[in-house]
Amino acid sequence: MWQALTLQAGPNAALVSLGAALLGAAAGGAGAFLTLRRRALVSDALAHATLPGIGLAFLAMAALGGDGRFLPGLMVGAAATAALGLWAVQALVRHLPEDAATAAVLSTFYGFGIVMLTVIQSLGIGRPAGLEGVLLGATAGMLRAEAVTIALGGAAVLLALWVLRRPLAMVAFDPLHARMMGINPARMDLALMMLVMAVVLVGLNVTGLILIVALLVTPAVAARLWMGTVAGTAGLAALIGAGCGYLGAALSASFPDLPTGPVIVLLAAAVFVLSLLLRGGRHYG
Amino acid sequence: MVPPTPFPNAEALVVRGLTVRYDGRTALEGAEARVPVGTLTAIVGPNGAGKSTFLKGLLGLEPAEGEVRAFGQAVATALPRIAYVPQRAAVDWGFPVRVIDVVLMGAWRRMGLLGRLSPALRDEAREALDRVGMADLAARQIGALSGGQQQRVFIARALMQRAELYLLDEPFAGVDAATEAAIIAVLKGLRDKGATIIAVHHDLSTVGAYFDRVLLLNHRTIAEGPVATTFTREALAQTYGAGQLVAVPA
Repeated sequence: MWQALTLQAGPNAALVSLGAALLGAAAGGAGAFLTLRRRALVSDALAHATLPGIGLAFLAMAALGGDGRFLPGLMVGAAATAALGLWAVQALVRHLPEDAATAAVLSTFYGFGIVMLTVIQSLGIGRPAGLEGVLLGATAGMLRAEAVTIALGGAAVLLALWVLRRPLAMVAFDPLHARMMGINPARMDLALMMLVMAVVLVGLNVTGLILIVALLVTPAVAARLWMGTVAGTAGLAALIGAGCGYLGAALSASFPDLPTGPVIVLLAAAVFVLSLLLRGGRHYG
Repeated sequence: MVPPTPFPNAEALVVRGLTVRYDGRTALEGAEARVPVGTLTAIVGPNGAGKSTFLKGLLGLEPAEGEVRAFGQAVATALPRIAYVPQRAAVDWGFPVRVIDVVLMGAWRRMGLLGRLSPALRDEAREALDRVGMADLAARQIGALSGGQQQRVFIARALMQRAELYLLDEPFAGVDAATEAAIIAVLKGLRDKGATIIAVHHDLSTVGAYFDRVLLLNHRTIAEGPVATTFTREALAQTYGAGQLVAVPA
């Protein structure tokens, strides 16, 4: 286990841990802006809405004679139905309260996705073994190229967050004033959702789509207990996310029966509980 | 710093036929205004008369019909020359942000996405806080301030915009006497340097002392002009309803 923690467990395990760390940092940073904008629940709907797309992409690739688990293909499918889910929430919000619209989309899309996975298992095509890994994450046996994709994706999200940090903060604090200053709040919200979607897609193989929201939200709310600025909150959330991602992937590599996603999320939850105990529930300030 | 107006007597703001409807209800019906450059105008009217809606509608923050010109330009074009201070209640006060960071948000147009937060901008933000008497609270959390102090931070953020037209929605609502005095001093200072200020105002007893002009509003424009000639008992009775007893200063 010590070997895994210190990147001595072989180049592949080291790469996976590094990828998980960058994914955790991206999730923590994006989650800080997400919670400050009060959109955490919408991101949960987005994550669950990826499942039918994964099923559809698997079927399409298997029908074309390829490997149904080809990750970039699954990501395209996941992005397509996640975008559809996001659009459905926006359309329903005109008739329903936002929480009801979000819950309706989340459960409908997820239910449809589970039905598709069940059908896929019974068809016996395209080597479906391990496809359920997208639910809870599975870093064991991850390909080198996949680990590199995760690391690069996490780094790209971090860079985009850094570039957009000022308008994202202004829209979250005072959207009316942001509009007066020439910032389009709807466009910033869309950009934030795109970054969250990127985190969800990149995280499919690490935490899985069910638990990714925990990695988005938990480091952010823990960091909020310690920090009194947006930059401080986002920075600390990214650090917490990186630490949990790294440690979780390393632990999971040392004990192959430990699922990666749940371990990472439990670590983040431990940081949050500890912060709550130490800070007594007070926000900074 | 402030670009010269194209011709000296241009109106800072012209509003023609401003109509705003929510869910079939008409909040404003054909409101009118002509506000000369370099004046301090109070918008006065009963609760629910559409005063906040008037500001939001003319700025395009609410869907509205009608024609609005600021400094002879369409409002969307003139936005960089306009600062808007919303009602305090419109903001999340639990937000993790320090006073100085809120003020610096007023410099967004000069900073942009990748621009550096220069020491000169920080100095300017501190100076803006100093003008509203808040210099020693720059590092304080916004949520830890009193209502009056929060309002002053918003005024400082507007000062950072270096605007020529300032629109304020009830800047004196729920603030202490010291804040009220500080804010009106800043507004008069801005006016004396050529800026134009329009504020929704509730306290009829201070209209004469604070403002040059008044716009009486009750779903439409009842009257508009200099305080001395427009702020009359008859016009107020017409604005607030004939049966209403209204105290007007002599």
